[in-house]
Amino acid sequence: MNWDWHYSGQVIPDLLDGLRVTIIATIFGYLIALVLGLVWALLRRSPSRVLNQAVRWVTEFIRSTPLLVQLFFIFYVLPAWGVTLGALTAGIVGLGVHYSTYTAEVYRAGIDDVPRGQWEASRALNLPRRRVWFAVILPQAVRRIIPTLGNYLIALFKDTPFLLGITVVELLGSAYDAGAHSLKYLEPITVAGLFFIAVSVVSSLALRRLEHRYATN
Amino acid sequence: MSEVLNSYPQLLRGAWLTIQITLYAAAFALVLAMVFGLLGTARSRLLRAVNRVYVEFFRGIAALVLLYWFFYALPLLGLRFTPLAAAVLAIGLNYGAYGAEVVRGSVNAVPRAQWEAACAINFTPLQRLRRVLLPQAFALMLPPFGNLFIELMKATAGVSLVGIADLTFRAKQIQASTGQTAATFVVILVMYFVIAQALQVLVRLAERRSDRVLGRRLPTRPAPIAATTGEVVSP
Repeated sequence: MNWDWHYSGQVIPDLLDGLRVTIIATIFGYLIALVLGLVWALLRRSPSRVLNQAVRWVTEFIRSTPLLVQLFFIFYVLPAWGVTLGALTAGIVGLGVHYSTYTAEVYRAGIDDVPRGQWEASRALNLPRRRVWFAVILPQAVRRIIPTLGNYLIALFKDTPFLLGITVVELLGSAYDAGAHSLKYLEPITVAGLFFIAVSVVSSLALRRLEHRYATN
Repeated sequence: MSEVLNSYPQLLRGAWLTIQITLYAAAFALVLAMVFGLLGTARSRLLRAVNRVYVEFFRGIAALVLLYWFFYALPLLGLRFTPLAAAVLAIGLNYGAYGAEVVRGSVNAVPRAQWEAACAINFTPLQRLRRVLLPQAFALMLPPFGNLFIELMKATAGVSLVGIADLTFRAKQIQASTGQTAATFVVILVMYFVIAQALQVLVRLAERRSDRVLGRRLPTRPAPIAATTGEVVSP
């Protein structure tokens, strides 16, 4: 069987629709991961030992079990408990929660990296706790970890195909559907793969530039 | 819950297949990582370019896309694999690219003086690598390899989507036949967690062994060290 250029041209609009869904899932999933990761990281620092250990094991559990199974859990189990989410929403929540356990570690490392003197200075100035976090510690911590956080954005993007497991028609899903329709899988799946490579190579180049920019300061 | 637990033979069979795919793919990825990672430390620009192309290509593509490609696209070109082989190839190629970066970084991180010393005592390139650079680089590789190992194990869940009867696939079958959705997924999440913890123990053992071989204690886990210094009482 030979490569059919005409057919590959035909499937591209479908694939672009899929790519749109993939990008939506990536962006919203990443936003959840950024916010929830910070929450985990801050809870890990709470003085309560019970809370501390509970958060540690919960994040460890989420991090070491497959995203696909977690997506199944969110999509098929939560409705039985009264939480019904659409497929795409379930996928976004799954991606966000899964990757929040990674960003939590990144935040933790970033916060630990802030020099002790900064804490001592804020104490000496008698700053309220909230100002200590939001005006002193976090701005410095986040700055250092931007490149690492960017890596997880790319990783999350590459995990979006798992969403087809819960019926979301994202990039790979749309390629598969197009193939199933015509029984010619070669072109759509290859083109989808090229889309993935294009997006991740371009974004890792952008990331390297970002890394450079933050490293010089 | 009991219905789910009663189908434990199916779950165990699925778990065994998951472990098998994980181990085969990890072994394949390790070989690829070593070969392409060492190419990345070569002096020749051409060999380094080979490393870049492999790494950027296979790291850029999602494991699941690669798997679908091996499963649905390649047979149309006349290349057929057994499902298991396709899964191992796809996952191995993908994680081999991540591993190659680890190998390259670790070999480059061995102090340059070690390399110079090995040259000074007239070691051949192969001896330099085998006797001096790799043993030291290996200790640096282990912690990131451990993480990749767990990531790879998690990625194997994707093979259930192309119909390979791994743990996730069995869970979907059991869920369909018993209707016990929550119990099934909780059970296999716990099973995956146990597998991941077991793999982590393996990695820890390897780390301890490589530390012993090199006669040193790497500061991989700073917390216990800090705790012991805290306990030191001044005489």
